[in-house]
Amino acid sequence: MTALLRIEGLTVTPVNAPDRRLVNNVSFTLEAGKTTCVVGESGSGKSLTALSVMGLLSSQLKLAQGRVIFQGRDLTVLDNEAMRQIRGQRIGMIFQEPMTSLNPVLTVGKQIGETLIVHQGLKGQALKARIAALLEQVGIPASRANSYPDELSGGQRQRVMIAMSIACEPAMLIADEPTTALDVTVQAQILKLLSELKTRMNMAMLFITHDFGVVADIADDVVVMFRGEIVEAGPVASVLQHPQHPYTRALLDCVPDADGKKPLKPIDYAWLNEEVAA
Amino acid sequence: MSDIILSGRNLSKFYKQRSGKLGLGTTLVKALDNVSVDLRQGTTLAIVGESGSGKSTLARCLLQLQPLDGGEVIFQGEDLAGLSGAKLRAQRRYLQMVFQDPFASLNPRMRIGEIVGEGLLIHQLGDAEERRERVVRMLTRVGLAESDMAKYPHQFSGGQRQRIGIARALVLEPKVVVCDEPVSALDVSIQAQILLLLRELQQEMALSYLFISHDLRVVRHIADEVAVMHRGRLIEQGPVERIYDTPSEEYTRNLLQSIPGRHALAA
Repeated sequence: MTALLRIEGLTVTPVNAPDRRLVNNVSFTLEAGKTTCVVGESGSGKSLTALSVMGLLSSQLKLAQGRVIFQGRDLTVLDNEAMRQIRGQRIGMIFQEPMTSLNPVLTVGKQIGETLIVHQGLKGQALKARIAALLEQVGIPASRANSYPDELSGGQRQRVMIAMSIACEPAMLIADEPTTALDVTVQAQILKLLSELKTRMNMAMLFITHDFGVVADIADDVVVMFRGEIVEAGPVASVLQHPQHPYTRALLDCVPDADGKKPLKPIDYAWLNEEVAA
Repeated sequence: MSDIILSGRNLSKFYKQRSGKLGLGTTLVKALDNVSVDLRQGTTLAIVGESGSGKSTLARCLLQLQPLDGGEVIFQGEDLAGLSGAKLRAQRRYLQMVFQDPFASLNPRMRIGEIVGEGLLIHQLGDAEERRERVVRMLTRVGLAESDMAKYPHQFSGGQRQRIGIARALVLEPKVVVCDEPVSALDVSIQAQILLLLRELQQEMALSYLFISHDLRVVRHIADEVAVMHRGRLIEQGPVERIYDTPSEEYTRNLLQSIPGRHALAA
């Protein structure tokens, strides 16, 4: 199996503090038809890793080292114009807040159509038909194309975001905490939808989350990040059932289980620092 | 029963919402529809539900932070809904609240000592020296230091700020504490610390908690009893094991089934 995306030695630093490695020498690969979850707490570097892949780092930060090989091309050396061709078309993106990611004064149909006009040059009836098909694919009636974002529920808005992200049938989808702002029943529906689409379209999915429960539901592979570095990576079953790194074990110990059988154990950072140093 | 410390009877709360063309019409939204709950002394009652279910409205109405449209709230033998002014303020000392967002709920211009001590000042408990001692004792108990009194909220992390919020609520030695999503803004490792701290303090100070949460995993660990809210109605209430193992309502079952990782992580 050849990798669709290969991240090699990715290192991100603030522009004015080149010694502070916010992401430090991160490497992993993504395969078509598989979901890789990057899991970690705030400040672990998981979102910065995703932003680096898309070339969307803020101007305060820079990619100090590393390559991002996508379908054989190094994305880190592409200029803005070339990168724009890839984003949206070859790599789809979904973010956490569906309300702030949508334009409140445009109908959702218009917003889905934008991608199709820019990247595929669709117009007229063909455009309309494609928008309708996309909405149905994410479980929203096609008539909703004329609705504005505020007329939709949080879950429907996230479905619209998903429709936009898959509009050009990308080879890869990057989802940064796409269900964190949603109610638990809606979250379950969205996770199911993303999994189905991934399989049907044979996409690689890079899924950023802080929630091990979500990881257990959606991941094929897991990458655990801590203080900017990967501490553990592997197939979901082995990482969750037999975590090797002390941080992974400690983090899993503080996740409350749904049956209330496991005692909660906060991370003992003094112990962890010793373990990591050893 | 005598061991019930706070009791809401037939609580109702309505909101008017604009509707129709140009928002000219109004519809009545029932935020609380004839809700009755009992909180037992020394236990934790979790109110769970999805957004818009009325769980926060219920908490705010119980504390009289919002006026009720109907029903009564019995605390220490008095109907809070019938109290006002000084009498209500006197009871407020015993009913405290810990808020969700540790970044928004602390005044950025006040020092930690002032934030935690303000309640003592308002309720005129003790002289300046005593108040200071109580603040120091409380701060130390929640894991902060005396030297933190002179600092401002921005100098603390999210978890530390939540500890400050807990100290502020508990320094008054309340009987009932409403915790409104107290850990949902925190990282999971910090969340575990705060949950354990809340549980220890409950035992030490004989506190009764009303714990508002949308996170059913957290609730399973902290609650003795669970009340499930859906569209302003309380659809089910009972001991936490009973609700989780044999929910009697379809809605509750669906909610429990949706817990992420429920099946995969159970092993």
